[in-house]
Amino acid sequence: MAKTQIALTVNGRREEALVEPRTLLVHFLREQLNLTGAHIGCDTSHCGACTVDLDGKSVKSCTVFAVQANGAEIRTIEGMANPDGTLHALQEGFREMHGLQCGFCTPGMIMRAHRLLQENPSPTEEEIRFGIAGNLCRCTGYQNIVKAIQYAAARLAGTPFQEAAE
Amino acid sequence: MIPGPFAYHRPASLQDAVGLLSELGEDARPLAGGHSLIPMMKLRLASPAHLIDLAGIAGLKGLREDGGEIVIGATTTQQELVTSDLVAGKLPILRETSLTIADPQVRYLGTLGGNVANGDPGNDMPAVMLALDATYEIAGKSGTRRLAARAFYQSAYVTALAPGEILTAVRIKVPPAGHGYAYEKLKRKVGDYATAAAAVVLTIGGGKVASCAIGLTNLAETPLYAEEASRIIAGSALDDATVRKAVAAAEAITAPASDGRGPAHYRTKMAGVMLARALARAKARAA
Ligand SMILES: Cc1cc2nc3c(=O)[nH]c(=O)nc-3n(C[C@H](O)[C@H](O)[C@H](O)COP(=O)(O)OP(=O)(O)OC[C@H]3O[C@@H](n4cnc5c(N)ncnc54)[C@H](O)[C@@H]3O)c2cc1C
Ligand code: FES
Ligand code: FES
Repeated sequence: MAKTQIALTVNGRREEALVEPRTLLVHFLREQLNLTGAHIGCDTSHCGACTVDLDGKSVKSCTVFAVQANGAEIRTIEGMANPDGTLHALQEGFREMHGLQCGFCTPGMIMRAHRLLQENPSPTEEEIRFGIAGNLCRCTGYQNIVKAIQYAAARLAGTPFQEAAE
Repeated sequence: MIPGPFAYHRPASLQDAVGLLSELGEDARPLAGGHSLIPMMKLRLASPAHLIDLAGIAGLKGLREDGGEIVIGATTTQQELVTSDLVAGKLPILRETSLTIADPQVRYLGTLGGNVANGDPGNDMPAVMLALDATYEIAGKSGTRRLAARAFYQSAYVTALAPGEILTAVRIKVPPAGHGYAYEKLKRKVGDYATAAAAVVLTIGGGKVASCAIGLTNLAETPLYAEEASRIIAGSALDDATVRKAVAAAEAITAPASDGRGPAHYRTKMAGVMLARALARAKARAA
């Protein structure tokens, strides 16, 4: 099948590539750009491990063709750390609050939480849980993921993080 | 899972899209949000040779009010329905329904046009369109036509769309201010299709129901317009005896599959429970 030329911006870098139309965005990112942060968990559009940010939307990159992303601006977990190499507030939050165990879901969780906090900088616990409903975690039970996102929200707002009493 | 090979087209105008579809025939499919079609292609349950991406057609996007109607472009996403002030103010049932669909990632890409054109009885928007008596605008090679949602659904994945036609917009008469509404959906977990769901739109005046329309999701090969149940409610005071009669009439038209969501008998009963809850909530909301 003839390949199609695409051009897009990934983590601030312009990329041009030839792709087969049927190439999924997650395969393009992982195999052509060597950005292996977006994980393939279910491959059936359910788990959210493959979540990336595409033109200001959280999307499951296993359910988007790379050709659909032609001209788009994409951010993956690899583009989250601060320019000086220090961790983004969300990454720091996941570390400080033990928001991960095996870490498989973490890149998708962080990319989803990133967009959630862009749209709603101080979400309630319920809004966080509803906002990450498309991301599954088999390890943590979500409790510490919620805390990690609350930590990052406080950090980004410049306020101290108050852990709720259990 | 990798879909079969296909050629990708991204026309910039509706005319070009319709032209491509009619030229390429049965081998071509429109692509909107891709969140029903791409999973099916990955499972090789669909292998179109050509995809006509509608994303480049500016005229298919967005919402506007036109006279007494709200016109929603086919590629308007479910997320846009959640955040639209026009929807929140005048058609709040669309916001409520969108929020029951899948999860945030799916709603960012999934479109209203794709949801109503797909023909999957599990899709939530069609029953709401039946309750709202929406009209679909359809474009084909020989021009455009309008068709009532109530005349659109024929059986699972079979609709009144002819090959080569594109659903371009949904038109909905703005319900009167103070109308009552509710979409009640039973699902096993977030992101699941309905075990049973009911949409209710009604108006109340002087303690009596002035008008009522009911739609049901995932309870037959097509979404169901529960005409008799709607008629039973209209004119009543929504008293318990009338609600029981309407529930029985709605249950009687269901023919759900027995599957992972439960045996048919259970799903029929759940349709009744969803309807009773939706009626109660719509009543409480009606001014
Ligand atoms: C994990 C998951 C959970 C989901 N849960 C739900 C749910 O609970 N409820 C629900 O309703 N949906 C659910 N969906 C489906 C989702 O809402 C889809 O986005 C929607 O059904 C189809 O819209 P789309 O824009 O993605 O269409 P696509 O997938 O692009 O297209 C679907 C079909 O419609 C055709 N089509 C699309 N647009 C047009 C048009 N304008 N004119 C003519 N034909 C057209 C396509 O050719 C294709 O056959 C779920 C999806 C996923 C992945
Ligand atoms: S791998 Fe994409 S949603 Fe699970
Ligand atoms: S930390 Fe293991 S899946 Fe979430």
